Amino acid sequence: MDPTYKAVSEFAQTWGLVYFTVIFMTVLLYALWPSRKQQFDEAARIPLRED
Amino acid sequence: MANALAPQKQMTFGEGGLALTFAALAALCIVIAAKAYTPEYAFHAYLFTAASVAAVFAIINRYYDRPAERAPLTIDGKPNYNMGPVKFATVIAMFWGIAGFTVGLIIALQLAFPLLNFDLPWISFGRLRPLHTSAVIFAFGGNVLLATSFYVVQRTSRARLAGDLAPWFVVLGYNFFILIAGTGYLLGITQGKEYAEPEWYSDLWLTVVWVTYLLVFLATLWRRTEPHIYVANWFYLAFIVTIAVLHLGNNATVPVSIFSSKSYIVWSGVQDAMVQWWYGHNAVGFFLTAGFLAIMYYFIPKRAERPVYSYRLSIIHFWALIFLYIWAGPHHLHYTALPDWAQTLGMTFSIMLWMPSWGGMINGIMTLSGAWDKLRTDPVLRLMVVSVAFYGMSTFEGPMMSIKIVNSLSHYTDWTIGHVHSGALGWVAYISFGAIYCLVPWLWNRPLYSLKLVNWHFWVSTVGIVLYITAMWVSGILQGLMWRAYTSLGFLEYSFVETVEAMHPFYVIRALGGFLFLCGALIMVWNLWKTVNSAEKAETAGLALAPAE
Repeated sequence: MDPTYKAVSEFAQTWGLVYFTVIFMTVLLYALWPSRKQQFDEAARIPLRED
Repeated sequence: MANALAPQKQMTFGEGGLALTFAALAALCIVIAAKAYTPEYAFHAYLFTAASVAAVFAIINRYYDRPAERAPLTIDGKPNYNMGPVKFATVIAMFWGIAGFTVGLIIALQLAFPLLNFDLPWISFGRLRPLHTSAVIFAFGGNVLLATSFYVVQRTSRARLAGDLAPWFVVLGYNFFILIAGTGYLLGITQGKEYAEPEWYSDLWLTVVWVTYLLVFLATLWRRTEPHIYVANWFYLAFIVTIAVLHLGNNATVPVSIFSSKSYIVWSGVQDAMVQWWYGHNAVGFFLTAGFLAIMYYFIPKRAERPVYSYRLSIIHFWALIFLYIWAGPHHLHYTALPDWAQTLGMTFSIMLWMPSWGGMINGIMTLSGAWDKLRTDPVLRLMVVSVAFYGMSTFEGPMMSIKIVNSLSHYTDWTIGHVHSGALGWVAYISFGAIYCLVPWLWNRPLYSLKLVNWHFWVSTVGIVLYITAMWVSGILQGLMWRAYTSLGFLEYSFVETVEAMHPFYVIRALGGFLFLCGALIMVWNLWKTVNSAEKAETAGLALAPAE
């Protein structure tokens, strides 16, 4: 087996998991942080406001 | 006296520069046409010449007709929206839609009755099939996305569309790309890669158009007066950026000569296959999903007059969807020369996609909570909600089919075609129809001609879809089982032609389903035509323009 291929595939298979977990946690924290509730409630009404 | 006060009319840098660029392009294309290796390529070069000359005249005419000052960004404190390009894209989307559905019906009939190929190369199944897929996905779907994205980004940013000529360049340039691509297929010019058939010169042209599209969209967001960027715009932005990346990645080709339509990709073999399906699956994920989810997040709340069920869920939906989708492509290459771990990776990510897909579906459908009664009275809303239900159904079916053991039965069979059409007809087309039924009355300031006709459209095409997908399920599974059936002596039980023969009744049913779907779309065109041409203004049309609260 080509050593470059092996190194790349191993890197992708291990660090990929870390990468996705960290990103997903960050998104969850951003979206669910309690103090942002009001901001998001207002954002949800953007299409409904007429100008 | 007016002359003394009015500012001197001057040609802008954009007008002058663009006119000169098109003049140069016209000259270049004449040279290419003269020295082209094939008459088909020369024909395309002449088309480019004609379009460039027309563009120069259009720009200069527009300059003489326009007032000296540019259109104001606001009038009486309200944004002065630029809806011209939106109207154009809406109308042409319906035109391409009818064309694409019709070609779909023709090729369905060709499969049932091969005689209909008439032994003519230009209308053989092999050439009409990419014409159908490109016409419905890129021409119909693409123009719906252009129209709705330019509409939504203006309304949710409360700002006028950025650019003067740029938005027109985007919509006209995109449709010129469709014309080049479509005529190319009929003449036999193709890269032979699914959903990426257009050759290098059409790809280059599309790149210029698409980058302009991105810049117009970003610049409009930049001048927004609304502090928050509404979630629909995030989905549109992901769609525009990712399609640009995919298009560049999968079309890294070197032309044989500037005088030839033929080009070759810089990598080959399994690498090419992998990049092609990275592209192909994300065309599904970002063109047919992210872009149309943006439509869902604007038009369903707007029509139901309810805010989206959970804005927080929409944020999680967005990030989870775009981070997972990009890895799912290898499931198109199960049991091929692609490394096993890459196939398993594609399968795993496809299964994980269940979660964000269903999160989005729940978010869309639950937006109606407290307004369920509207489903009974408003067929437009019903179209959109049923489309989200179809989205849920096909994003359940897709991950299931990506599981290797299921794929060994379903791959290369009609089941795949049925799956694609439950997504394309049920989800993409229905959410588009819903959005257009909303948009046309808003843009032309007329009440919708008839809700009753919308109801007819809904039921006729729903019966069509059901006939289509059930026929393909049965046909696909039958086909897959016949291909893998062995006799007691270990020989294949059926010859290939026997499996083809067994498909015939299902192909006829499928064509009937497609015919009904086309009928529904024709009812829609009639309804929209009567809407736009009615004398009545929408002042009293409660549903379309009433304030939300």
